[in-house]
Amino acid sequence: MTLPAAIKSDFPLLDQQFHGHQLVYLDSANTSQKPQVVIDAMADYYEHTNANVHRGSYELAVRATAALEGARAKVASFINANSDSEVVFTKNATESMNLLARSWAETNLSAGDAVVISEMEHHANIVPWHMLRAQKGIELRWIPVDQSGHLDLSDLDRLLDGAKLLSVTAMSNVLGTLNPIAQLSERAHAAGALMAVDASQYVPHVPTDVQALGADFLVFTGHKMLAPMGIGVLWAKAELLDAMPPFLGGGEMILNVTKDGFTTNEIPWKFEAGTPMVAEAVGLGRAVDYLSELGMDNVRQHEVELTAYALRTLTERHGDKITIHGPTEPAERGGVMSFIYGDVHPHDVAQVLDQSGIAVRAGHHCAKPLMDVLGANATSRASLYVYNDKSDLDKLADALSAVDDIFSF
Amino acid sequence: MIGLEDLYREIILDHYRTPRNRGELETPPAQRVEGFNPLCGDEIIVYLQVDDSGVIDDVAIGGQGCSISQSSASMMSVAIKGRTIEDARKLIVAFKGLMSIHETEIGGDGSEAALGIELEGAAEDMKLGDLEALRGVVKFPIRIKCATLSWNTLAQALDEAAAA
Ligand SMILES: Cc1ncc(COP(=O)(O)O)c(C=O)c1O
Repeated sequence: MTLPAAIKSDFPLLDQQFHGHQLVYLDSANTSQKPQVVIDAMADYYEHTNANVHRGSYELAVRATAALEGARAKVASFINANSDSEVVFTKNATESMNLLARSWAETNLSAGDAVVISEMEHHANIVPWHMLRAQKGIELRWIPVDQSGHLDLSDLDRLLDGAKLLSVTAMSNVLGTLNPIAQLSERAHAAGALMAVDASQYVPHVPTDVQALGADFLVFTGHKMLAPMGIGVLWAKAELLDAMPPFLGGGEMILNVTKDGFTTNEIPWKFEAGTPMVAEAVGLGRAVDYLSELGMDNVRQHEVELTAYALRTLTERHGDKITIHGPTEPAERGGVMSFIYGDVHPHDVAQVLDQSGIAVRAGHHCAKPLMDVLGANATSRASLYVYNDKSDLDKLADALSAVDDIFSF
Repeated sequence: MIGLEDLYREIILDHYRTPRNRGELETPPAQRVEGFNPLCGDEIIVYLQVDDSGVIDDVAIGGQGCSISQSSASMMSVAIKGRTIEDARKLIVAFKGLMSIHETEIGGDGSEAALGIELEGAAEDMKLGDLEALRGVVKFPIRIKCATLSWNTLAQALDEAAAA
């Protein structure tokens, strides 16, 4: 037992019934539930600390500013950033990726320059590059995904030849695959490209060290790591952020404004135009504390064990009926399991499971190019987090039998 | 409590297992229109062949999707085959009414708004037959889009057939 046995009781939302059954929440890759301490921290901020930040000289405003900057410091240390100023708060991972594309890439890339991504990217790491291609004529290259659900790196040298950026997910939100980011960073740098990492599914589940990953940019989103919706992070090396033009213009991001123009604030505030999401940042800071108290090594260990149990149980119980995509080795993957059950459509599978109080996602998971590779229009996806346990997976295996009752032809 | 039996009625599962009018038609003379549900990736292709007198003399359904979208498309194909374009439009309005969608506008452009209201009245006489089995979908709001996918695609195919 790597995590406290009673951890479920930290999450008030989980104590609910749906269709007469206790909720079994297996959709954390979509969004995570929030522990009481995070909910309380946000309420406490509004009850005692709320004021606009970086503006007031009175004590309350000083405290609000300290709450925001304190959260930034917690996030910086959680991912082992060199300095707090490397942590830019955004709305979510999608905005972080767009900031990278609109600011850094728009400035540094010209027509014909290549950006390399992979076939297992979330739309958040695809569409901004399509947009830049339409705008500037950049070239978009794709690392293929092989049948085992891993990146096929056999042609990487050619793909990286002349590329300016390699941007890859650290963990697939469909297959669970953990990609060799440190190795990819090295290869990118050797080819003269920078390395961006979509760590939306990684930071919540795996101890993260941006230095060890060798990345230049890394994005993630608070709501998948026990924090509220509405806050995300762009981490980048300070010298890169310093050289990048602002993304949005307005208050907070300036040092001075005249009728002739403006000068930008220092990093990270240069990228945080307007009143920021302070309560959400406080929630993220508390979520980071909560995860650190559990220990990220324990979080990862828990998920490896549970994933192994899930893969074993589902295969034992449902045999050839169930196809689980992605790596078969738990150590090579996270707790995200996309599956196909017989020839029953994922929508129908999810509907039947819902009737037993089990929440899984069905659809293309915002990764349509990957679905094309898998030859599927959709999959069902069960995804795990700290509050899941073996009983949740037993219930999933049981409830899948009900799918048979309705759809066995 | 709402039960799955309200959704997965036997006749729905029957159309899902054994879809009617499944296949393709040659284009031309047939119209071919694709419909997508971006939410779940379901895809429906409606082939529609209309004769000179405005009667749908053949229909075929392609694509893939969940039991609700597939069975709805299958039942729709049976319901419209041999009907006039005008009757098919009335059926669309009647079916959408069954799904609790009340549109005054059925075509792509505003000029048909008045026709839509007229149709809503006329549609009340349309017999939905087997399609009534889909009534339970209303209790599962996220599935309404599955049930209406083929009908929205049909509406577009009818517009194209009428214009051709
Ligand atoms: C791998 C990956 N990248 C990016 C995102 C986008 O996150 P958000 O919607 O919070 O911006 C997600 C979540 O859906 C994801 O799984």
